Amino acid sequence: MRYACLIYYHPQTLFGGSPQANAALAECAGYDEVLKASGHFVTGEALVLPEEAMTLQVRDGKMSAVDGPFMETKEVLGGIIVIEARDLNEAVRVASGHPLATIGHIEVRPVVDFSQPRPVL
Amino acid sequence: MSVAGTHACLETVYRTEARRVLATLIRLLGGFDAAEEALHEAFAAAAEQWPRQGLPANPYSWLVSAGRFRTIDCWRREARLAGTLPELLALSEQTAEPITPEDIADDELRLIFVCCHPALAPDARIALTLREVGGLTTEEIARAYLTPAPTIAQRIVRAKARIRDEDIPYEVPDRGELPARLESALQVIYLIFNEGYAATQGPSLTRADLCAEAIRLGRLVVDLLDQPEAHGLLALMLLHEARRATRVDANGDLVLLEDQDRSLWDRGLIGEANGLIGRALASRQVGPYILQAAIASIHAEAARTADTDWTRIVELYDELVALAPSPVVELNRAVAVAMATGPAEALRIVDGLDMAGTHLVPTVRGELLTRLGRYDEARAELELAARLCTNERERSVLLGKARRLG
Repeated sequence: MRYACLIYYHPQTLFGGSPQANAALAECAGYDEVLKASGHFVTGEALVLPEEAMTLQVRDGKMSAVDGPFMETKEVLGGIIVIEARDLNEAVRVASGHPLATIGHIEVRPVVDFSQPRPVL
Repeated sequence: MSVAGTHACLETVYRTEARRVLATLIRLLGGFDAAEEALHEAFAAAAEQWPRQGLPANPYSWLVSAGRFRTIDCWRREARLAGTLPELLALSEQTAEPITPEDIADDELRLIFVCCHPALAPDARIALTLREVGGLTTEEIARAYLTPAPTIAQRIVRAKARIRDEDIPYEVPDRGELPARLESALQVIYLIFNEGYAATQGPSLTRADLCAEAIRLGRLVVDLLDQPEAHGLLALMLLHEARRATRVDANGDLVLLEDQDRSLWDRGLIGEANGLIGRALASRQVGPYILQAAIASIHAEAARTADTDWTRIVELYDELVALAPSPVVELNRAVAVAMATGPAEALRIVDGLDMAGTHLVPTVRGELLTRLGRYDEARAELELAARLCTNERERSVLLGKARRLG
Protein backbone atom coordinates (compact mmCIF):
# COMPACT_ATOMS: atom_id res chain seq x y z
CA MET A 1 0.00 0.00 0.00
CA ARG A 2 1.03 3.60 -0.52
CA TYR A 3 1.10 6.19 2.22
CA ALA A 4 1.67 9.96 2.01
CA CYS A 5 3.87 11.32 4.77
CA LEU A 6 2.97 14.97 5.28
CA ILE A 7 5.72 16.82 7.06
CA TYR A 8 4.75 19.81 9.19
CA TYR A 9 7.04 22.18 11.06
CA HIS A 10 7.20 25.65 12.62
CA PRO A 11 9.26 27.80 10.19
CA GLN A 12 10.66 29.71 13.18
CA THR A 13 11.91 26.50 14.76
CA LEU A 14 13.27 24.89 11.61
CA PHE A 15 14.99 27.95 10.18
CA GLY A 16 15.80 29.63 13.49
CA GLY A 17 19.43 28.52 13.40
CA SER A 18 19.53 26.10 16.33
CA PRO A 19 22.22 23.41 15.99
CA GLN A 20 19.60 20.64 16.24
CA ALA A 21 17.48 22.17 13.44
CA ASN A 22 20.52 22.79 11.26
CA ALA A 23 21.64 19.19 11.69
CA ALA A 24 18.16 17.91 10.73
CA LEU A 25 18.11 20.18 7.67
CA ALA A 26 21.53 18.94 6.60
CA GLU A 27 20.28 15.34 6.71
CA CYS A 28 17.03 16.07 4.87
CA ALA A 29 18.51 16.32 1.39
CA GLY A 30 19.95 12.81 1.63
CA TYR A 31 16.95 11.10 3.18
CA ASP A 32 15.23 10.42 -0.16
CA GLU A 33 18.30 8.34 -1.06
CA VAL A 34 17.95 6.31 2.14
CA LEU A 35 14.31 5.60 1.28
CA LYS A 36 15.24 4.73 -2.31
CA ALA A 37 17.91 2.31 -1.13
CA SER A 38 15.44 0.54 1.17
CA GLY A 39 12.81 0.38 -1.60
CA HIS A 40 10.16 2.42 0.25
CA PHE A 41 10.42 5.61 -1.82
CA VAL A 42 7.74 6.40 -4.42
CA THR A 43 7.99 10.17 -4.77
CA GLY A 44 8.54 13.22 -2.64
CA GLU A 45 9.06 16.95 -2.70
CA ALA A 46 9.97 19.57 -0.14
CA LEU A 47 7.80 22.70 -0.27
CA VAL A 48 8.77 26.37 -0.25
CA LEU A 49 7.18 28.36 2.61
CA PRO A 50 3.47 29.18 2.12
CA GLU A 51 4.14 32.90 1.57
CA GLU A 52 5.12 31.90 -1.97
CA ALA A 53 1.86 30.01 -2.58
CA MET A 54 -1.43 30.88 -4.20
CA THR A 55 -4.85 29.49 -3.26
CA LEU A 56 -7.51 29.26 -5.93
CA GLN A 57 -11.09 28.20 -6.30
CA VAL A 58 -13.58 27.87 -9.15
CA ARG A 59 -17.24 28.70 -8.41
CA ASP A 60 -19.96 29.07 -11.09
CA GLY A 61 -17.29 28.58 -13.72
CA LYS A 62 -15.23 31.54 -12.48
CA MET A 63 -11.79 31.15 -11.04
CA SER A 64 -10.61 33.38 -8.25
CA ALA A 65 -7.22 33.23 -6.60
CA VAL A 66 -5.66 34.77 -3.54
CA ASP A 67 -2.12 34.72 -2.29
CA GLY A 68 -1.29 32.78 0.74
CA PRO A 69 -2.65 30.82 2.70
CA PHE A 70 -1.80 33.65 5.15
CA MET A 71 -2.96 31.71 8.08
CA GLU A 72 -2.02 32.48 11.62
CA THR A 73 -1.05 28.84 11.99
CA LYS A 74 2.30 28.23 13.49
CA GLU A 75 2.97 24.90 11.77
CA VAL A 76 3.06 24.72 7.98
CA LEU A 77 3.07 21.85 5.54
CA GLY A 78 6.68 21.66 4.48
CA GLY A 79 7.01 18.51 2.43
CA ILE A 80 5.33 15.42 1.09
CA ILE A 81 6.85 11.97 0.68
CA VAL A 82 4.90 9.07 -0.77
CA ILE A 83 6.14 5.68 0.37
CA GLU A 84 5.29 2.05 -0.30
CA ALA A 85 4.79 0.02 2.89
CA ARG A 86 3.18 -3.26 3.91
CA ASP A 87 0.80 -1.63 6.37
CA LEU A 88 0.17 1.45 8.51
CA ASN A 89 2.62 0.34 11.22
CA GLU A 90 5.42 -0.15 8.70
CA ALA A 91 4.65 3.29 7.18
CA VAL A 92 4.83 4.87 10.64
CA ARG A 93 8.13 3.13 11.35
CA VAL A 94 9.61 4.29 8.03
CA ALA A 95 8.37 7.88 8.51
CA SER A 96 9.80 7.96 12.03
CA GLY A 97 13.27 7.79 10.50
CA HIS A 98 12.84 11.13 8.70
CA PRO A 99 15.15 13.83 10.10
CA LEU A 100 12.29 16.34 10.47
CA ALA A 101 10.38 13.93 12.75
CA THR A 102 12.67 15.23 15.50
CA ILE A 103 11.75 18.89 14.80
CA GLY A 104 8.16 18.92 13.51
CA HIS A 105 5.34 16.37 13.02
CA ILE A 106 4.67 13.84 10.31
CA GLU A 107 1.13 12.84 9.37
CA VAL A 108 0.95 9.43 7.71
CA ARG A 109 -2.10 9.17 5.42
CA PRO A 110 -3.04 6.13 3.34
CA VAL A 111 -3.34 6.99 -0.35
CA VAL A 112 -6.86 6.46 -1.76
CA ASP A 113 -7.50 3.14 -3.48
CA PHE A 114 -10.16 4.04 -6.07
CA SER A 115 -11.28 0.42 -6.34
CA GLN A 116 -12.69 0.74 -2.81
CA PRO A 117 -16.07 2.33 -2.01
CA ARG A 118 -16.13 6.02 -1.14
CA PRO A 119 -16.40 6.97 2.52
CA VAL A 120 -19.98 7.35 3.79
CA LEU A 121 -20.35 10.38 6.04
CA MET B 1 13.03 -17.50 -14.01
CA SER B 2 10.55 -15.06 -15.59
CA VAL B 3 9.83 -11.75 -13.85
CA ALA B 4 6.23 -12.80 -13.17
CA GLY B 5 7.42 -16.22 -11.94
CA THR B 6 9.89 -14.65 -9.54
CA HIS B 7 7.24 -12.28 -8.29
CA ALA B 8 4.78 -15.10 -7.60
CA CYS B 9 7.55 -17.14 -5.99
CA LEU B 10 8.54 -14.22 -3.73
CA GLU B 11 4.90 -13.79 -2.69
CA THR B 12 4.74 -17.46 -1.72
CA VAL B 13 8.01 -17.31 0.19
CA TYR B 14 6.80 -14.15 1.95
CA ARG B 15 3.62 -15.91 3.09
CA THR B 16 5.39 -19.04 4.31
CA GLU B 17 8.71 -17.68 5.60
CA ALA B 18 8.40 -13.98 6.54
CA ARG B 19 7.09 -14.51 10.10
CA ARG B 20 9.67 -17.17 10.90
CA VAL B 21 12.47 -15.01 9.47
CA LEU B 22 11.19 -12.08 11.56
CA ALA B 23 11.09 -14.22 14.72
CA THR B 24 14.75 -15.15 14.25
CA LEU B 25 15.85 -11.62 13.28
CA ILE B 26 14.30 -10.19 16.46
CA ARG B 27 16.54 -12.53 18.47
CA LEU B 28 19.64 -11.78 16.38
CA LEU B 29 19.17 -8.00 16.19
CA GLY B 30 17.61 -7.43 19.61
CA GLY B 31 14.41 -5.57 18.71
CA PHE B 32 11.26 -5.39 16.59
CA ASP B 33 12.11 -2.23 14.63
CA ALA B 34 15.55 -3.36 13.55
CA ALA B 35 14.18 -6.82 12.68
CA GLU B 36 11.31 -5.45 10.62
CA GLU B 37 13.64 -3.19 8.67
CA ALA B 38 16.00 -6.13 8.16
CA LEU B 39 13.12 -8.32 6.96
CA HIS B 40 12.18 -5.66 4.45
CA GLU B 41 15.80 -5.35 3.30
CA ALA B 42 16.11 -9.12 2.99
CA PHE B 43 13.10 -9.37 0.68
CA ALA B 44 14.32 -6.36 -1.32
CA ALA B 45 17.65 -8.20 -1.78
CA ALA B 46 15.78 -11.38 -2.77
CA ALA B 47 13.76 -9.49 -5.39
CA GLU B 48 17.00 -8.23 -6.85
CA GLN B 49 19.13 -11.40 -6.68
CA TRP B 50 16.82 -14.42 -7.02
CA PRO B 51 15.83 -13.72 -10.66
CA ARG B 52 19.53 -13.85 -11.60
CA GLN B 53 20.85 -16.49 -9.22
CA GLY B 54 17.77 -18.68 -8.87
CA LEU B 55 15.86 -19.62 -5.75
CA PRO B 56 18.22 -20.53 -2.86
CA ALA B 57 18.05 -24.08 -1.50
CA ASN B 58 16.92 -22.76 1.89
CA PRO B 59 15.06 -19.43 1.50
CA TYR B 60 14.67 -19.05 5.29
CA SER B 61 18.44 -19.17 5.96
CA TRP B 62 19.18 -16.99 2.95
CA LEU B 63 16.72 -14.31 4.14
CA VAL B 64 17.92 -14.41 7.77
CA SER B 65 21.54 -13.97 6.76
CA ALA B 66 20.74 -11.29 4.14
CA GLY B 67 18.67 -9.30 6.65
CA ARG B 68 21.24 -9.66 9.40
CA PHE B 69 24.18 -8.82 7.12
CA ARG B 70 22.56 -5.68 5.73
CA THR B 71 21.56 -4.38 9.15
CA ILE B 72 24.96 -4.98 10.72
CA ASP B 73 26.62 -3.42 7.68
CA CYS B 74 24.43 -0.33 8.10
CA TRP B 75 25.13 -0.19 11.86
CA ARG B 76 28.84 -0.54 11.12
CA ARG B 77 28.76 2.51 8.87
CA GLU B 78 26.92 4.50 11.55
CA ALA B 79 29.27 3.22 14.27
CA ARG B 80 32.32 4.21 12.28
CA LEU B 81 30.95 7.75 12.26
CA ALA B 82 30.16 7.61 15.99
CA GLY B 83 33.36 5.77 16.96
CA THR B 84 31.67 2.76 18.60
CA LEU B 85 32.89 0.11 16.17
CA PRO B 86 34.39 -2.44 18.62
CA GLU B 87 31.04 -3.23 20.31
CA LEU B 88 29.48 -3.87 16.95
CA LEU B 89 32.20 -6.19 15.81
CA ALA B 90 31.36 -8.33 18.83
CA LEU B 91 27.70 -8.46 17.74
CA SER B 92 28.50 -9.43 14.18
CA GLU B 93 30.78 -12.30 15.26
CA GLN B 94 28.25 -14.20 17.34
CA THR B 95 25.52 -16.62 16.16
CA ALA B 96 27.23 -17.69 12.96
CA GLU B 97 26.38 -21.35 13.71
CA PRO B 98 23.86 -23.09 11.41
CA ILE B 99 20.20 -22.81 12.32
CA THR B 100 18.29 -26.03 13.02
CA PRO B 101 14.52 -26.53 12.70
CA GLU B 102 14.38 -26.56 16.52
CA ASP B 103 15.98 -23.11 16.63
CA ILE B 104 13.40 -21.76 14.19
CA ALA B 105 10.53 -23.23 16.23
CA ASP B 106 12.02 -21.78 19.42
CA ASP B 107 12.14 -18.34 17.84
CA GLU B 108 8.46 -18.55 16.86
CA LEU B 109 7.57 -19.60 20.39
CA ARG B 110 9.62 -16.72 21.86
CA LEU B 111 7.71 -14.34 19.61
CA ILE B 112 4.34 -15.69 20.80
CA PHE B 113 5.34 -15.35 24.45
CA VAL B 114 6.60 -11.78 23.98
CA CYS B 115 3.46 -10.70 22.09
CA CYS B 116 1.21 -12.25 24.78
CA HIS B 117 3.21 -10.90 27.73
CA PRO B 118 0.99 -10.02 30.72
CA ALA B 119 2.70 -6.59 31.00
CA LEU B 120 0.92 -5.57 27.77
CA ALA B 121 -2.72 -4.45 27.67
CA PRO B 122 -5.05 -7.30 26.58
CA ASP B 123 -6.12 -5.44 23.39
CA ALA B 124 -2.48 -4.83 22.54
CA ARG B 125 -1.56 -8.52 23.00
CA ILE B 126 -4.18 -9.51 20.44
CA ALA B 127 -3.18 -6.88 17.86
CA LEU B 128 0.53 -7.58 18.29
CA THR B 129 0.09 -11.37 18.06
CA LEU B 130 -2.02 -11.11 14.91
CA ARG B 131 0.46 -8.79 13.22
CA GLU B 132 3.83 -10.20 14.32
CA VAL B 133 3.03 -13.91 14.63
CA GLY B 134 0.06 -14.12 12.28
CA GLY B 135 1.44 -11.84 9.59
CA LEU B 136 -1.81 -9.86 9.20
CA THR B 137 -1.45 -6.22 8.22
CA THR B 138 -2.64 -3.47 10.57
CA GLU B 139 -5.47 -2.74 8.13
CA GLU B 140 -6.60 -6.40 8.06
CA ILE B 141 -6.71 -6.54 11.87
CA ALA B 142 -8.68 -3.27 11.89
CA ARG B 143 -11.25 -4.68 9.44
CA ALA B 144 -11.63 -7.90 11.41
CA TYR B 145 -12.20 -6.00 14.67
CA LEU B 146 -14.27 -3.19 13.08
CA THR B 147 -11.83 -0.72 14.61
CA PRO B 148 -10.14 2.24 12.86
CA ALA B 149 -6.66 1.30 11.57
CA PRO B 150 -4.92 4.14 13.48
CA THR B 151 -6.33 2.74 16.77
CA ILE B 152 -4.83 -0.69 16.04
CA ALA B 153 -1.57 0.92 14.82
CA GLN B 154 -1.35 2.91 18.06
CA ARG B 155 -1.82 -0.22 20.19
CA ILE B 156 1.01 -1.92 18.31
CA VAL B 157 3.34 1.09 18.58
CA ARG B 158 2.69 1.38 22.34
CA ALA B 159 3.10 -2.34 22.96
CA LYS B 160 6.46 -2.37 21.19
CA ALA B 161 7.60 0.67 23.16
CA ARG B 162 6.61 -1.14 26.34
CA ILE B 163 8.53 -4.28 25.37
CA ARG B 164 11.59 -2.11 24.72
CA ASP B 165 11.25 0.11 27.80
CA GLU B 166 10.63 -2.76 30.20
CA ASP B 167 13.30 -4.94 28.61
CA ILE B 168 10.87 -7.83 28.27
CA PRO B 169 13.21 -10.72 27.44
CA TYR B 170 12.90 -12.57 24.14
CA GLU B 171 12.71 -16.07 25.52
CA VAL B 172 10.46 -19.02 26.27
CA PRO B 173 9.61 -18.68 29.99
CA ASP B 174 11.30 -21.14 32.34
CA ARG B 175 9.46 -23.87 34.19
CA GLY B 176 8.46 -21.68 37.15
CA GLU B 177 6.99 -18.91 35.01
CA LEU B 178 5.56 -21.12 32.27
CA PRO B 179 2.06 -21.88 33.65
CA ALA B 180 1.05 -18.22 34.07
CA ARG B 181 2.67 -17.12 30.79
CA LEU B 182 1.13 -20.04 28.89
CA GLU B 183 -2.27 -19.13 30.31
CA SER B 184 -1.91 -15.60 28.93
CA ALA B 185 -0.82 -16.91 25.50
CA LEU B 186 -3.68 -19.43 25.33
CA GLN B 187 -6.14 -16.73 26.37
CA VAL B 188 -4.98 -14.46 23.51
CA ILE B 189 -5.37 -17.33 21.04
CA TYR B 190 -8.86 -18.19 22.35
CA LEU B 191 -9.95 -14.52 22.22
CA ILE B 192 -8.83 -14.35 18.59
CA PHE B 193 -10.80 -17.54 17.87
CA ASN B 194 -13.92 -16.27 19.65
CA GLU B 195 -13.80 -12.96 17.81
CA GLY B 196 -13.83 -14.94 14.57
CA TYR B 197 -16.53 -17.33 15.76
CA ALA B 198 -18.96 -14.90 17.38
CA ALA B 199 -21.84 -14.08 15.08
CA THR B 200 -21.55 -10.33 15.34
CA GLN B 201 -21.47 -8.06 12.30
CA GLY B 202 -18.56 -7.69 9.91
CA PRO B 203 -17.30 -9.31 6.73
CA SER B 204 -17.58 -13.07 7.19
CA LEU B 205 -14.38 -13.79 5.27
CA THR B 206 -11.99 -11.96 7.60
CA ARG B 207 -13.81 -13.50 10.56
CA ALA B 208 -13.24 -17.05 9.29
CA ASP B 209 -9.60 -16.06 8.77
CA LEU B 210 -9.32 -15.17 12.47
CA CYS B 211 -10.51 -18.68 13.41
CA ALA B 212 -8.06 -20.26 10.98
CA GLU B 213 -5.21 -18.16 12.38
CA ALA B 214 -6.14 -19.00 16.00
CA ILE B 215 -6.14 -22.70 15.13
CA ARG B 216 -2.77 -22.34 13.38
CA LEU B 217 -1.35 -20.64 16.50
CA GLY B 218 -2.90 -23.32 18.69
CA ARG B 219 -1.23 -26.04 16.59
CA LEU B 220 2.09 -24.20 16.76
CA VAL B 221 1.99 -24.10 20.56
CA VAL B 222 0.94 -27.76 20.75
CA ASP B 223 3.79 -28.78 18.42
CA LEU B 224 6.36 -26.86 20.42
CA LEU B 225 5.21 -27.35 24.02
CA ASP B 226 3.83 -30.61 25.33
CA GLN B 227 1.37 -28.93 27.70
CA PRO B 228 -2.08 -30.45 28.41
CA GLU B 229 -3.91 -27.11 28.44
CA ALA B 230 -2.49 -26.25 25.00
CA HIS B 231 -3.89 -29.56 23.74
CA GLY B 232 -7.18 -28.74 25.45
CA LEU B 233 -7.48 -25.32 23.80
CA LEU B 234 -6.67 -26.68 20.34
CA ALA B 235 -9.24 -29.46 20.80
CA LEU B 236 -11.87 -26.95 21.96
CA MET B 237 -11.29 -24.73 18.92
CA LEU B 238 -11.37 -27.70 16.53
CA LEU B 239 -14.69 -28.88 17.99
CA HIS B 240 -16.26 -25.43 17.52
CA GLU B 241 -14.78 -25.25 14.03
CA ALA B 242 -16.26 -28.66 13.16
CA ARG B 243 -19.76 -27.20 13.71
CA ARG B 244 -19.16 -23.86 11.96
CA ALA B 245 -21.18 -24.61 8.82
CA THR B 246 -24.30 -25.60 10.79
CA ARG B 247 -24.24 -22.74 13.29
CA VAL B 248 -25.98 -20.16 11.14
CA ASP B 249 -28.90 -20.72 8.75
CA ALA B 250 -29.34 -19.34 5.21
CA ASN B 251 -30.66 -16.04 6.67
CA GLY B 252 -27.63 -15.65 8.91
CA ASP B 253 -29.64 -16.50 12.05
CA LEU B 254 -28.07 -18.51 14.85
CA VAL B 255 -29.08 -22.18 14.99
CA LEU B 256 -29.15 -23.72 18.49
CA LEU B 257 -27.03 -26.78 19.15
CA GLU B 258 -30.07 -29.07 19.40
CA ASP B 259 -31.37 -27.89 16.00
CA GLN B 260 -28.09 -28.18 14.07
CA ASP B 261 -27.75 -30.75 11.27
CA ARG B 262 -25.28 -33.12 12.90
CA SER B 263 -24.59 -34.97 9.66
CA LEU B 264 -22.77 -31.85 8.44
CA TRP B 265 -20.34 -31.68 11.38
CA ASP B 266 -16.73 -32.19 10.31
CA ARG B 267 -15.85 -35.70 11.55
CA GLY B 268 -12.16 -35.27 10.69
CA LEU B 269 -11.78 -32.28 13.02
CA ILE B 270 -13.82 -34.01 15.74
CA GLY B 271 -11.55 -37.08 15.52
CA GLU B 272 -8.43 -34.94 15.78
CA ALA B 273 -9.87 -33.11 18.80
CA ASN B 274 -10.76 -36.38 20.54
CA GLY B 275 -7.19 -37.59 20.11
CA LEU B 276 -5.89 -34.39 21.75
CA ILE B 277 -8.39 -34.67 24.61
CA GLY B 278 -7.42 -38.28 25.23
CA ARG B 279 -3.75 -37.36 25.53
CA ALA B 280 -4.49 -34.33 27.72
CA LEU B 281 -6.74 -36.30 30.10
CA ALA B 282 -4.11 -39.05 30.33
CA SER B 283 -1.63 -36.46 31.64
CA ARG B 284 -3.78 -36.10 34.78
CA GLN B 285 -3.14 -32.32 34.70
CA VAL B 286 -6.70 -31.30 34.01
CA GLY B 287 -7.34 -27.61 33.30
CA PRO B 288 -10.30 -25.49 32.19
CA TYR B 289 -9.62 -25.81 28.43
CA ILE B 290 -9.43 -29.61 28.58
CA LEU B 291 -12.70 -29.78 30.53
CA GLN B 292 -14.49 -27.44 28.11
CA ALA B 293 -13.13 -29.47 25.20
CA ALA B 294 -14.28 -32.72 26.84
CA ILE B 295 -17.79 -31.27 27.24
CA ALA B 296 -17.86 -30.10 23.60
CA SER B 297 -16.64 -33.54 22.55
CA ILE B 298 -19.59 -35.29 24.24
CA HIS B 299 -21.97 -33.04 22.29
CA ALA B 300 -20.04 -33.81 19.10
CA GLU B 301 -20.24 -37.56 19.70
CA ALA B 302 -24.01 -37.68 20.26
CA ALA B 303 -25.88 -38.61 17.06
CA ARG B 304 -28.99 -36.80 18.36
CA THR B 305 -29.55 -34.33 21.24
CA ALA B 306 -31.50 -37.06 23.07
CA ASP B 307 -28.44 -39.36 22.90
CA THR B 308 -26.21 -36.86 24.73
CA ASP B 309 -24.53 -38.23 27.85
CA TRP B 310 -25.80 -35.45 30.13
CA THR B 311 -24.70 -37.17 33.33
CA ARG B 312 -21.08 -37.16 32.14
CA ILE B 313 -21.45 -33.50 31.10
CA VAL B 314 -22.68 -32.59 34.60
CA GLU B 315 -19.64 -34.38 36.10
CA LEU B 316 -17.29 -32.39 33.85
CA TYR B 317 -19.06 -29.15 34.80
CA ASP B 318 -18.64 -30.09 38.48
CA GLU B 319 -14.87 -30.30 37.88
CA LEU B 320 -14.90 -27.05 35.91
CA VAL B 321 -16.82 -25.22 38.67
CA ALA B 322 -14.29 -26.49 41.24
CA LEU B 323 -11.32 -25.42 39.07
CA ALA B 324 -12.50 -22.14 37.55
CA PRO B 325 -15.70 -21.02 39.27
CA SER B 326 -17.74 -18.40 37.44
CA PRO B 327 -21.48 -17.64 37.26
CA VAL B 328 -21.52 -18.42 33.51
CA VAL B 329 -20.05 -21.89 34.13
CA GLU B 330 -22.59 -22.48 36.95
CA LEU B 331 -25.41 -21.47 34.64
CA ASN B 332 -24.20 -23.87 31.93
CA ARG B 333 -23.96 -26.58 34.58
CA ALA B 334 -27.59 -25.85 35.53
CA VAL B 335 -28.66 -26.36 31.89
CA ALA B 336 -26.87 -29.75 31.89
CA VAL B 337 -28.53 -30.67 35.20
CA ALA B 338 -31.94 -29.86 33.69
CA MET B 339 -31.22 -32.39 30.93
CA ALA B 340 -29.70 -35.03 33.21
CA THR B 341 -31.99 -34.79 36.26
CA GLY B 342 -34.84 -32.43 35.53
CA PRO B 343 -35.85 -28.74 35.39
CA ALA B 344 -36.87 -28.42 39.08
CA GLU B 345 -33.36 -29.27 40.32
CA ALA B 346 -31.83 -26.91 37.72
CA LEU B 347 -34.14 -24.05 38.75
CA ARG B 348 -32.88 -24.32 42.35
CA ILE B 349 -29.28 -23.87 41.09
CA VAL B 350 -30.21 -20.90 38.88
CA ASP B 351 -32.07 -19.20 41.75
CA GLY B 352 -28.85 -19.22 43.76
CA LEU B 353 -26.83 -17.42 41.07
CA ASP B 354 -25.85 -13.78 41.37
CA MET B 355 -25.93 -12.56 37.77
CA ALA B 356 -28.13 -9.47 37.75
CA GLY B 357 -28.31 -7.35 34.62
CA THR B 358 -27.62 -9.95 31.92
CA HIS B 359 -30.24 -11.70 29.79
CA LEU B 360 -28.66 -15.12 30.43
CA VAL B 361 -30.39 -15.98 33.74
CA PRO B 362 -33.94 -14.98 32.67
CA THR B 363 -33.39 -16.83 29.35
CA VAL B 364 -32.55 -20.06 31.18
CA ARG B 365 -35.29 -19.51 33.79
CA GLY B 366 -37.79 -18.99 30.97
CA GLU B 367 -36.81 -22.34 29.42
CA LEU B 368 -36.92 -24.20 32.74
CA LEU B 369 -40.29 -22.71 33.78
CA THR B 370 -41.71 -23.62 30.34
CA ARG B 371 -40.65 -27.24 30.87
CA LEU B 372 -42.27 -27.17 34.33
CA GLY B 373 -45.53 -25.95 32.75
CA ARG B 374 -45.44 -22.63 34.65
CA TYR B 375 -46.20 -20.65 31.46
CA ASP B 376 -47.11 -17.22 32.94
CA GLU B 377 -43.89 -17.02 34.92
CA ALA B 378 -41.94 -18.35 31.90
CA ARG B 379 -43.41 -15.65 29.62
CA ALA B 380 -42.45 -12.90 32.09
CA GLU B 381 -38.85 -14.23 32.26
CA LEU B 382 -38.50 -14.44 28.46
CA GLU B 383 -39.81 -10.89 28.09
CA LEU B 384 -37.36 -9.68 30.73
CA ALA B 385 -34.54 -11.50 28.88
CA ALA B 386 -35.59 -9.81 25.61
CA ARG B 387 -35.39 -6.39 27.29
CA LEU B 388 -31.87 -7.10 28.62
CA CYS B 389 -30.57 -8.69 25.42
CA THR B 390 -28.42 -6.46 23.14
CA ASN B 391 -28.35 -8.73 20.07
CA GLU B 392 -31.32 -8.06 17.76
CA ARG B 393 -31.55 -11.61 16.41
CA GLU B 394 -31.44 -13.20 19.85
CA ARG B 395 -34.07 -10.75 21.06
CA SER B 396 -36.51 -11.69 18.31
CA VAL B 397 -36.01 -15.40 19.12
CA LEU B 398 -36.81 -14.71 22.81
CA LEU B 399 -39.94 -12.68 21.99
CA GLY B 400 -41.09 -15.42 19.60
CA LYS B 401 -40.84 -18.00 22.38
CA ALA B 402 -42.72 -15.72 24.81
CA ARG B 403 -45.54 -15.23 22.27
CA ARG B 404 -45.91 -18.98 21.69
CA LEU B 405 -46.67 -19.39 25.41
CA GLY B 406 -49.93 -17.50 24.74
